[in-house]
Amino acid sequence: MRPFTYERAASPAEAAAAAARNPGARFIAGGTNLLDLMKLQIETPSHLIDVNGLALDRIEPTPEGGLRIGALVRNTDLAADARVRRDYGVLSRALLAGASGQLRNKATTAGNMLQRTRCPYFYDTSQPCNKRQPGSGCAAIGGFSRQLAVIGGSEACIATHPSDMAVAMRALDAVVETVRPDGTTRSIPIAEFHRLPGETPHVETVLEPGELITAVTLPPPAGGVQIYRKVRDRASYAFALVSVAAVVQRDGTARVALGGVAHKPWRVEAAEAEIPRGAKAVTAAMLDGAKPTHDNAFKLRLVERTLGAVLAEAKG
Amino acid sequence: MEAGIGTAVGTAVTTLAGPVAAQAISRESTGLTVRLKVNGTEHDLALDPRTTLLDALREHLHLTGSKKGCDHGQCGACTALVNGRRINSCLTLAVMHAGDEVTTIEGLGTPEKLHPMQAAFVKHDGYQCGYCTPGQICSAVAVLQEIEAGIPSYVTEDLTAAPQRTEAELRERMSGNICRCGAYSNIVEAITEVAGRPA
Ligand SMILES: Cc1cc2nc3c(=O)[nH]c(=O)nc-3n(C[C@H](O)[C@H](O)[C@H](O)COP(=O)(O)OP(=O)(O)OC[C@H]3O[C@@H](n4cnc5c(N)ncnc54)[C@H](O)[C@@H]3O)c2cc1C
Ligand code: SF4
Ligand code: FES
Ligand code: FES
Repeated sequence: MRPFTYERAASPAEAAAAAARNPGARFIAGGTNLLDLMKLQIETPSHLIDVNGLALDRIEPTPEGGLRIGALVRNTDLAADARVRRDYGVLSRALLAGASGQLRNKATTAGNMLQRTRCPYFYDTSQPCNKRQPGSGCAAIGGFSRQLAVIGGSEACIATHPSDMAVAMRALDAVVETVRPDGTTRSIPIAEFHRLPGETPHVETVLEPGELITAVTLPPPAGGVQIYRKVRDRASYAFALVSVAAVVQRDGTARVALGGVAHKPWRVEAAEAEIPRGAKAVTAAMLDGAKPTHDNAFKLRLVERTLGAVLAEAKG
Repeated sequence: MEAGIGTAVGTAVTTLAGPVAAQAISRESTGLTVRLKVNGTEHDLALDPRTTLLDALREHLHLTGSKKGCDHGQCGACTALVNGRRINSCLTLAVMHAGDEVTTIEGLGTPEKLHPMQAAFVKHDGYQCGYCTPGQICSAVAVLQEIEAGIPSYVTEDLTAAPQRTEAELRERMSGNICRCGAYSNIVEAITEVAGRPA
């Protein structure tokens, strides 16, 4: 690990201001992704701003009838919250499908949203990687790409976003709330929060330098049958090959988001009109324009079958 | 701020709250003083901020029960309880735990007075080489508390009902603890025995 200095922020606005003052600074929440990457010198912050003491660890009802989830709410506590289990089951399920009990006890809502890719070449510092070292190339294109993206990638990067939670948040139309270094706040719909890689795969979200996530807000409960289905190489404790988050209503309409296929949670609202025609039609519309590699072309069929299973389960 | 975090050893303790404190910390990242309560005893440690909680326990407090398997949150050998919750002590910084109460395998029980979970692992042979065992036992103790507290898991069928102490629940909840010797079936037997006892 490279040396760094450490401070505890006193308020969200001060944390953001401190981050803007120190160009090499990073916020640290649970630390389960950042420290992992710092040990490998993939992340090399010169200053850490600990945001654990900011009292952003509450889940509160919103005036609109939704929930406001503090940025520092732990994944375990969010999954176990009685309101989330009752009204946002897909979110509980997605959280519980991720990582391990120990990790979920530390991992936070904001940290989970901002966790970095698990592309094997991003982790291997002897390999070129545009995300880790802009301009160095992409070892995954033409390399071992079984886990990587099938849609939305670029010539520069085909990494996926590894979060399970964020896929459920996308199906639920969550909104990310932030404070900027100048003290102003804003609300970012999750659809606009994560970026596709394009020419700048190292820029993963629309957050500005120093901008701190303070909360993630859920709209009023969507009802319906809520399902999160994750397909992985072993039964537990592995990242998704593909995953499906779905909220299916009695009238057959549904919202569907996919994990494991793109640089961000993947949802195509227009494709949801195809639900009555079944999983094959929905998958074709959601993954229209997909550019799988030789290694990961299986994901197209896997999405179709996983979605088929989800829609069948929702019918009961 | 419960505990003093300051600049290099021996200098005045500053309140670590804002930009002033940030500037007060040396760029060489040496010498933060942090107070940890481990197994009931308070310790003031002078630590490089890079020190993980695991390294503070093992290298500074010489509590070598917690093991370093992967150092990346993947194996669970370093599992310890912080304020009663199990975490991977390798993926957190000691300075982030000022004022927290840490319990390691050494604090759960002693050879003379074993914790029921330790006794059950001995009885059921829940290990072979023993390297993963302290983490398995700390994790198992927390798993039973998590079920008791109504925290669901991936295999809980009804999210709105209280989770049960079934084998499927125990196995899923223990999935963050890897055993290279493959002692899993005996580990499950040991936990099942403790789980079956009236609380
Ligand atoms: C072995 C292992 C297996 C895993 N398996 C899964 C899995 O199956 N599914 C899954 O979804 N995840 C998995 N994870 C990832 C885990 O979910 C993330 O590490 C965790 O959610 C990150 O949260 P954190 O609070 O620890 O983030 P940190 O490590 O503290 O931070 C991550 C990033 O977010 C930034 N950040 C943190 N808080 C804020 C804030 N409030 N505002 C702005 N920026 C902020 C930090 O600067 C950093 O860049 C796994 C991790 C490990 C180690
Ligand atoms: S796919 Fe992205 S993360 Fe992976 S090597 Fe290429 S640039 Fe790096
Ligand atoms: S040493 Fe901490 S999880 Fe492996
Ligand atoms: S007993 Fe040897 S690793 Fe588990």
